[in-house]
Amino acid sequence: MNRIHKKLEEDKKLLSIYFTAGYPDLEDTVPIIERLQNNGVDMIEIGLPFSDPLADGPTIQESSTKALKNGMTTKKLFEQLKDIRETVHIPLIIMGYFNPMMQYGVEAFCAKCAEIGIDGLIIPDLPVDVYEEEYKALFEKYGLSNVFLITPQTSDERIRFIDSVSDGFIYMVSSASVTGAKNTFGDVQTQYFERVDQLQLKNPQIVGFGISNKDTFNAATKLAKGAIIGSAFIKTLNSKGIDGIEEFVKSIR
Amino acid sequence: MSYHVNEKGYYGEFGGAFIPEMLYPNVEELRQQYLKVMDEPSFKEEFNQLLKDYVGRPSPLYFAKRMSEKYGTKIYLKREDLNHTGAHKINNTIGQILMAKRLGKTRIIAETGAGQHGVATATVCALMGLECIVYMGEIDIARQAPNVARMKMLGAEVRPALSGSRTLKDATNEAIRDWINNPVNTHYIIGSAIGPHPYPDMVTRFQSVISAEIKTQLKEKEGRENPDYVVACIGGGSNAAGTFYHFLDEEEVGIIAVEAAGKGVHSGESAATSVLGHKGIIHGCKTLLMQTDDGQITEPYSISAGLDYPGVGPMHSHLYATGRAEFKAITDAEAMKAGLELCKLEGIIPAIETSHALAIFENTKFKPDDIVVVALSGRGDKDLNTYIDYFGL
Repeated sequence: MNRIHKKLEEDKKLLSIYFTAGYPDLEDTVPIIERLQNNGVDMIEIGLPFSDPLADGPTIQESSTKALKNGMTTKKLFEQLKDIRETVHIPLIIMGYFNPMMQYGVEAFCAKCAEIGIDGLIIPDLPVDVYEEEYKALFEKYGLSNVFLITPQTSDERIRFIDSVSDGFIYMVSSASVTGAKNTFGDVQTQYFERVDQLQLKNPQIVGFGISNKDTFNAATKLAKGAIIGSAFIKTLNSKGIDGIEEFVKSIR
Repeated sequence: MSYHVNEKGYYGEFGGAFIPEMLYPNVEELRQQYLKVMDEPSFKEEFNQLLKDYVGRPSPLYFAKRMSEKYGTKIYLKREDLNHTGAHKINNTIGQILMAKRLGKTRIIAETGAGQHGVATATVCALMGLECIVYMGEIDIARQAPNVARMKMLGAEVRPALSGSRTLKDATNEAIRDWINNPVNTHYIIGSAIGPHPYPDMVTRFQSVISAEIKTQLKEKEGRENPDYVVACIGGGSNAAGTFYHFLDEEEVGIIAVEAAGKGVHSGESAATSVLGHKGIIHGCKTLLMQTDDGQITEPYSISAGLDYPGVGPMHSHLYATGRAEFKAITDAEAMKAGLELCKLEGIIPAIETSHALAIFENTKFKPDDIVVVALSGRGDKDLNTYIDYFGL
């Protein structure tokens, strides 16, 4: 049982924040994580930047490009995080595309995550069937939860399959879109949230994509266990820097 | 040894479908349907009819007499440059537009580098009356203005890709993002033998008409179906895939794939993926691609926009890894010289992509009675400005 499982057992709606490592400045990674925790965020997705983030909208693309320009690499991220567990106790998840992990070596990557105290991974372009066949045993060996995405287009049957392979939570993508902030949710989202809720899955769901403020957070977590904010947070970093973190988190709850 | 895709979408260790879950329903629908649809008699009939009456197939297999004399071997040119829209690209777009219609799609998206695939897609969308959006890197839009105008005249909307290097790889990212945002009504016509399974195989099958015709035509001209060598230039690799397809299992046929070495393979400005690439994931498939040690995809370079891609299709990676195909790298300078030479020797102005394939004769020794078939993948009209600037014409 890792920190994610324990956190999911808490009797509250979880606020999770995504940010791109190495953005706005290369050495901002650790201060951002610490400030998010100290302001009451429940869980953090640390974005490992990639040159070709094809599931991401303009905000996260730009932050990735900037982070890479700043000199962020997989090795650099692991270096920055090596003592993170001395100050941070909330669940930490690395979210990134599969190619940089492949080049690092998938097992070496998992081992390093375990050593540092990373609790899970979200890899949008590693399909669930490939994971199950080739990597599940490896992730389990290192105690890492792998988190899969579902979307409004995902069939009930496939959601059940993903639920069976998942360990931790299911990342419920709010709408058929790349990442990016929206101001409201429509009927389609509401119906989708209800449909998934009725499936009574073993893994709790956390909603992501399109969560930007208190209203969308509350709407998303009416049925789901929590919600993830990414692009809207990166926009805040962009305009106010890390000093804007406290106000941003307080504005959500 | 099999050189064909297996049921899981792999060529040896390359291929697969490394896609975000958002794309799963679309790609899965295609995977389940593509072979079934391609096998329907009505599909075949419509496809073949359009290739004949609209594209102008079969394209001639032309014996290049003066070129053959110069290089002391028998050189045949498979004239894909004579197809409607000026390149092999239309073979695939005709096939995919018919596929899209049968899948009930009403909106078409595509990526383009030089603009050839964009034009070929805009053309078939006009033919079928479907909405067409073409993503093109901002830099490519500037350097390929005539093709941008063609696409607009054909009714397509050309959307600039403003991210990353603002070239083909970024246009592909943007097209994929569009597909994620429009999962129900949209079909993505990928132009090369890349992308998640089943794209590489589907594109290859639509392009395989090239090698099917070579067999028939060579039989007529030389009394045998198999040449000694087939040669094609390779960026993502769709014309190469079509040219090689029916010869993959004919071990006596040598396969030569010609990559762009840019300013020199190790100059830092090159697109010679087989030499510079490592196994990784690009645009949904596992294949050889140019990347940093950290797994960031790097910017390729070639004077030819169509070869300016940091990966090769998974089938080609497998042909390289197994040694079935020989890979050669040709520099900008060698290609430009060979392009101009074809003009003078045969009265044919080739696309600069194609010129790379033509350039191998300078440094490759063939026997006098060898039959070498080169895919003349496209015509050079689109490249006139580059030729003019390069040679100061």
